[in-house]
Amino acid sequence: MPGVPLEHVLFVGLVLFALGLYTVLTRRNAIGILMGIELLLNAANIDYVAFARYSGTPTDGQIFAIFVIMLAAAEAAVGLAIVLGIYRNFESIDVDATHSLRH
Amino acid sequence: MDPIAVTMLRWIPLLPLAGAVVNGLFGKAIQRRAGKGAVAAIAVAPVVAAFAVSVAVFLRLLGLDPERRLLLDVVWRWLAVGSLRVDVAFLADPLATTLLLVVTGIGGLIHLYSTAYMRDDDAYWRYFAYLNLFTFAMLVLVLADNLLLMFVGWEGVGFCSWALIGFWWREPVNTGAGNKAFIVNRIGDTGFVLGVFALFWALDAAGHGTLVFRDLQRHAASLDGRVLLGVPAATLVTLLLFVGATGKSAQIPLHVWLPDAMQGPTPVSALIHAATMVTAGVYMIARLHFLYALAPATLAVIAGVGAATALGAATIGLVQNDIKRVLAYSTVSQLGYMFLALGVGAWTAGVFHLVTHAFFKACLFLGAGSVIHALDHEQDMRQMGGLRTALPVTFSTFLVAALALGGMPLTAGFFSKDEILWHAWSSPYGSALLWGVGVVGAALTAGYVGRQVLLVFFGASRVEARRAAQVRESPPAMTGPLVVLAAGALLIGFLGVPESLGGANPFAAWLSPVFASEHVDAAHAAEAAHDARLEWMLMAVSVAMAAAGAGVAYLIYRRPAGSADALAAIAGGAPYRLLLNKYWVDEIYWAIFGRGTFALARAGAWLDARIIDGIVDGSAAVTRAIARLEGGFDARVVDGVVNGLAAATYALGGRLRRLQTGHINAYLYVVVGAVALVLIARLF
Repeated sequence: MPGVPLEHVLFVGLVLFALGLYTVLTRRNAIGILMGIELLLNAANIDYVAFARYSGTPTDGQIFAIFVIMLAAAEAAVGLAIVLGIYRNFESIDVDATHSLRH
Repeated sequence: MDPIAVTMLRWIPLLPLAGAVVNGLFGKAIQRRAGKGAVAAIAVAPVVAAFAVSVAVFLRLLGLDPERRLLLDVVWRWLAVGSLRVDVAFLADPLATTLLLVVTGIGGLIHLYSTAYMRDDDAYWRYFAYLNLFTFAMLVLVLADNLLLMFVGWEGVGFCSWALIGFWWREPVNTGAGNKAFIVNRIGDTGFVLGVFALFWALDAAGHGTLVFRDLQRHAASLDGRVLLGVPAATLVTLLLFVGATGKSAQIPLHVWLPDAMQGPTPVSALIHAATMVTAGVYMIARLHFLYALAPATLAVIAGVGAATALGAATIGLVQNDIKRVLAYSTVSQLGYMFLALGVGAWTAGVFHLVTHAFFKACLFLGAGSVIHALDHEQDMRQMGGLRTALPVTFSTFLVAALALGGMPLTAGFFSKDEILWHAWSSPYGSALLWGVGVVGAALTAGYVGRQVLLVFFGASRVEARRAAQVRESPPAMTGPLVVLAAGALLIGFLGVPESLGGANPFAAWLSPVFASEHVDAAHAAEAAHDARLEWMLMAVSVAMAAAGAGVAYLIYRRPAGSADALAAIAGGAPYRLLLNKYWVDEIYWAIFGRGTFALARAGAWLDARIIDGIVDGSAAVTRAIARLEGGFDARVVDGVVNGLAAATYALGGRLRRLQTGHINAYLYVVVGAVALVLIARLF
């Protein structure tokens, strides 16, 4: 049976999630925010795989993790396209520059 | 006794109709391309042909047994409604045939005369189209076998009369005269139509609804004792029909249109307003004599109206200065004699006077036309005089006709008028008063016609110099008819020489199948018990009176000028002015009916402007007030709700918009904070 207990793996996921959340909340650079989101997604992936490892039906969690990876790829593509659009319009990728919808 | 079916009768009216249609539709082009001669030929030929057919009809009837003298030509079934059956059918009996010969014969002569008289008129074709159309309508009137078809002709002649009186329509006075004739006739025609309705109504109630003359005669007795609207049916019907006759035949009180009708061309006056159309009323009553025999009250009215008209019109004729107006009043007066005859039940005498009058009055009118033609449209007799040498044919024919009108012995007018006067005295419906009025009228007649002859043809010429130079006798197309008519005025009377003068009276014998119906003809009954000496005496009186009238005229107008003026000045000139102004009847009618109509119109206008317009305007104002209220409600309440809703939504949106800062980080903080809150809530 595995030597690493579930709590340890969950702790790594938690740290990774916290780092991602911090990145998302503090970055003004749009690409930085996207990178933070990647961290968040991967933290969730770690938890999926970990729960899959310690549950009776290992395939369910793994399939979810693969879905999330695929989703992350799509999200990155769309997100980067949006960033590119923002840059073309505002000549900046600072998300605070895009508040022109206000008023 | 059934009538003999023929198909020849329809051609008598159809031929002039064809002439009218050709000239009416193509006359202008024909006149331009082929000249006025062609137009005249198209117009005259059908009337001559119709005369020929009429003569054929006459000979056919003459060859028949007197009791069998009845030809019927059914053209088509016209109406079949309920119990009403009316055919377009023509009937020729001795009475209708008499009128046929007069209308087509004298009409033909007048057509011929017109070809020369109207020679200088540009609307030659239009004149003849109307004249032919008139002949057609008159023949329909005469030949109709029922009252409805007769009414068609009756209205048709009225229309043509209107069109021809106003023929020279550029002068407003002419069209005014035409309108007057038409409108006055409408009054009479209303009576005629009501009479026809009432007749059918009464007969239908008796189970014999018909308008066909033969059936009317058969069932007339069923009117006896029947009451309509509180009046004996026969009296009501005959009175209403007589109203129509007073209009058409210019009897008091509807006589006012005939003198004005003289505005038309003179041959029109001769044909329509002397010889034919104006006698339609006489013909209609003679046609329906079996109805009138049932209504002694109506007969009394007719005799009274006839006598009054005969006398009144003659007095007016005494002082008129227009050559045609004298003749017009003379016509009114002579028609009065015809009605006097009808009113005393002397049908034959009335129709006989109709025929003789047609001859001598047409001759007088055409003679007057010849004078007017020679004097370049001068009509005032004060501008004439001494024309007997310049116009010998016109003078001699005019003189003959004037003698006939004056009732000089052995002329046509003598026989027919004395026949009437005799019946006015001797008939059960007659009286000495009617006879006296007639005799005085006869004296006046001789007086005015004598005055006319003297003023026009004798004495020194008063013709204007520029006209006097070119006075010459009219062409043969005009003098020819004059000679024929004058001969008729002399000779036609011998058809009706009364038995007391040794005559056989073939005219009365000819008409006897018509008038000797199941009703005993009052006049004939009287004639049977006839006192020849009395008749002689009455005749002598009337001749003496006529001679006296003519003699007085001679004394006044052959003397040096002044005696007439002295006469006019009697009693301050009041009687003269009364006559000259025709008893002011026109003015009285104008005051009553003309002004009355205007007053009514003004009252109507006031009503319209104040009351009707007030109602309309009021309702509009009310509508506008309601609309303003509704508009206010709409603007304040409905719009307020809608706008308020919009404003509220807008304000809410404005507030909610503050939440959307556009700072992505801020959103994220909110998301994270919210998740944290949810987690805390779940855990504790």
